[in-house]
Amino acid sequence: MRRIAAALLLLLAAPLLSGQREPILVPEVSQSRIEVRQGFTGANLLLYGAVIAPPGTSDDYDIVVVVKGPTEPVRIREKDRIAGIWMNAGGSDFRSAPSFFAVASSRPIEEIVDERTAAIFELGTDFIQLSPSGQIDPEEQARFARGLVVLREKQGLYQENPEGVRISEGVLYQARIVLPSNVTTGNYTAETFAIARGRVLTSATARIAVEKVGLEGQVVIAAQRWSFIYGLGAIVLSLAMGWIAGRLFARG
Amino acid sequence: MDVYLPIANLSVNGLFIVLLGVLTGILSGLFGVGGGFLTTPLLIFYGIPPTVAAASAATQVTGASVSGVLAHSRRGGVDYRMGTVMVGGGIVGALIGAALFRLLQALGQIDVVINILYVLMLGSIGSLMMREAVSALRPSLLGKAGAPVRKRRHHPLVASLPYRWRFYASGLYISPLAPLILGMLVGILTMLMGVGGGFLLVPAMLYILGMSGNVVVGTSLYQILFVTMVTTMTHALTTKAVDIVLAALLLLGSVMGAQFGTQIALKARPEYLRLALAALVIVIALRMLYGLGVQPDEIYTVAPL
Repeated sequence: MRRIAAALLLLLAAPLLSGQREPILVPEVSQSRIEVRQGFTGANLLLYGAVIAPPGTSDDYDIVVVVKGPTEPVRIREKDRIAGIWMNAGGSDFRSAPSFFAVASSRPIEEIVDERTAAIFELGTDFIQLSPSGQIDPEEQARFARGLVVLREKQGLYQENPEGVRISEGVLYQARIVLPSNVTTGNYTAETFAIARGRVLTSATARIAVEKVGLEGQVVIAAQRWSFIYGLGAIVLSLAMGWIAGRLFARG
Repeated sequence: MDVYLPIANLSVNGLFIVLLGVLTGILSGLFGVGGGFLTTPLLIFYGIPPTVAAASAATQVTGASVSGVLAHSRRGGVDYRMGTVMVGGGIVGALIGAALFRLLQALGQIDVVINILYVLMLGSIGSLMMREAVSALRPSLLGKAGAPVRKRRHHPLVASLPYRWRFYASGLYISPLAPLILGMLVGILTMLMGVGGGFLLVPAMLYILGMSGNVVVGTSLYQILFVTMVTTMTHALTTKAVDIVLAALLLLGSVMGAQFGTQIALKARPEYLRLALAALVIVIALRMLYGLGVQPDEIYTVAPL
């Protein structure tokens, strides 16, 4: 909290010095590094900070927080009933599907901004820029994109929380985002937007690194880089465990 | 007890996985099947990515079979000559299977092919075994002691193959091509379905090769042991989906379960064992058939490019 107090002090002084008309946003993240190790069951990310209005204005700000995981190209397949059997029928490729996407806001997004603004700043799971590739009609693409969102929402990887940001005294805000245990590792970004009168006035970005560490990290590295030795290790482990059990039971 | 699986990328209840291992281990020791046909679908149902489930189940089956093989070889229940011929075929089959796996994965039809294979294989083998088991049991059920027992013999097709070898432990004088081809088919299935193939191998050894009943289970486990080792390595090198933590948890349960299974197998009557295995196989086939016909919970699936 000392850091935020210092930031606040600075903030109060800043508008007097510069005389700017935009609010000042100071975001903080509870952890800039999340370590995935044995027993990892997910993480609670606390995003907090302060938003200060320039002197002479009296806007009530809305805060929207967007946390995004590393993007990856994916193919989404759709099942259909063919000859009585459910099988994959159609597919659509997207070049930049985020592995994690969470939006928290102080009010429902549609009350804060219009659809166009929401689309520009990706303020909602309906507005994720997935970069579709290939040539299928937009309606079909939208259906596949919806399918992806619904699927990942069920896995807890895409989230929308219209009451996830709490603003106190019109200055301090805080939001809590839950990262489930099945998150992909990599670099995450947390963007905070201060919005008033339907316009995004200012935004700030913080970075969070999600990393596998300790034994878990080494297992992944081994599986990727030393595949043969890793495979051999798995075989030896299984043989040894089977053999030991066989010996123990033979004596008993 | 939460355990994080580094390759599968999620945390699971460790106790649940160990219990699943115990269950498949018992099946393994009891029937000479690897239990992969039960482990893989259950792991997928639990939320583990299908490729990781299949790869890690193969590793588990290795461990379950090694203790099974040890237990059976102690009482002379393994025909090493027959087993080695089948392993040769199995390794070729595993490599063919890996190529098929990649082709089907690219087409997006791997899941449905696996499911249809399960239904066809399990359904036909299950009903065949059920018929045999029931007819074997009928005399004893009716109390007719000394009813004529059908003479054990191999399929006429097997007899027509050239270059006969003597397989003393199995009590056979047949061409090695028959077990070689059988081993190859099972190897393909091992790679495709993430199973050991014991549920196919055991009845085929009994009804097609006509092997002596007391070496069938041990020899099947011997073949599975080597083919799953090759499968684990192939997965480690190509899909990189072997989760050693998941495999260790499954192993912990299954190596214990396999011992219990072997103990039961030595006491129970083989006819009843076959009847029980047949019933289990049929139930799973019906469940999978139902799964193909009803609308799945998830219409959409995501695959990385």
